[in-house]
Amino acid sequence: MRRDVFQAIADPTRRDIINLIAYKPLNLNSIADNFEVSRPAISQHIKILMECGLIEMKKQGRERYCEAKLEQLNEVSEWIERYRKLWADKFDRMDDILDELKAK
Amino acid sequence: MASKNETTIKAEPGKQDLFITREFDAPRELVFKVFTDPELVPRWLGPRELTMKIDKWDARSGGYYRYVHSDAQGNAYGFHGVMHEVSAPERIIQTFEFEGMPEPGHVSLETARLEELPGGRTRVVVQSVFQSVDDRDGMIQSGMERGLKDSHWRLDELFEELAK
Repeated sequence: MRRDVFQAIADPTRRDIINLIAYKPLNLNSIADNFEVSRPAISQHIKILMECGLIEMKKQGRERYCEAKLEQLNEVSEWIERYRKLWADKFDRMDDILDELKAK
Repeated sequence: MASKNETTIKAEPGKQDLFITREFDAPRELVFKVFTDPELVPRWLGPRELTMKIDKWDARSGGYYRYVHSDAQGNAYGFHGVMHEVSAPERIIQTFEFEGMPEPGHVSLETARLEELPGGRTRVVVQSVFQSVDDRDGMIQSGMERGLKDSHWRLDELFEELAK
């Protein structure tokens, strides 16, 4: 099974989970309280997010908290941004050719 | 020279396609010419650091094309496909395959739509549809090898951008 950042954010519930814990780590129950879907379903999403490296479990006393590892997400935006720049670069060169053609 | 027009990209998570949009300060006929003329295409289509050589370029509906990018070290990267539809000046639809994939048969379908804008300007929207989400993400990630400037996004902005 594929486990990477793209896989992690492909699902809307997983995106909501990341948003939820982005600024404050929460335990599984507190996360599940925010969603209509069942607790096992949320557990499954969290398991996938852990496997994708977007969430880490931190033990605090008897509780286990989910903490978001957001550095991974920068990777996705960097990939997309680099791909965009690749195209922007081609289009900029098209501009130069168009200027030549217009001047004719 | 005027400031560059912005290039935007839309690649929603979990989907098999992506959209690239850009406006040009030139009439549609000219933009179409730059997209299809084999004399002009090598000047813009490849990455700047690679040399592009056209092997075949038949920009007509049903025509075949193949081109090769090569670097100073002698590495060559071939691409080929078929022009499904070439309708001047508004639409180009073609298949696209990178010959350097680990296995053949990973083909995408690219549609370039050229829209006329007021003031002799043109908007180009390129849609690429891939055979799988993995294929699309792989294509996006291939851009990673290029040493371009990093950008920093906040989480919300990232999702917003991805979901646009």
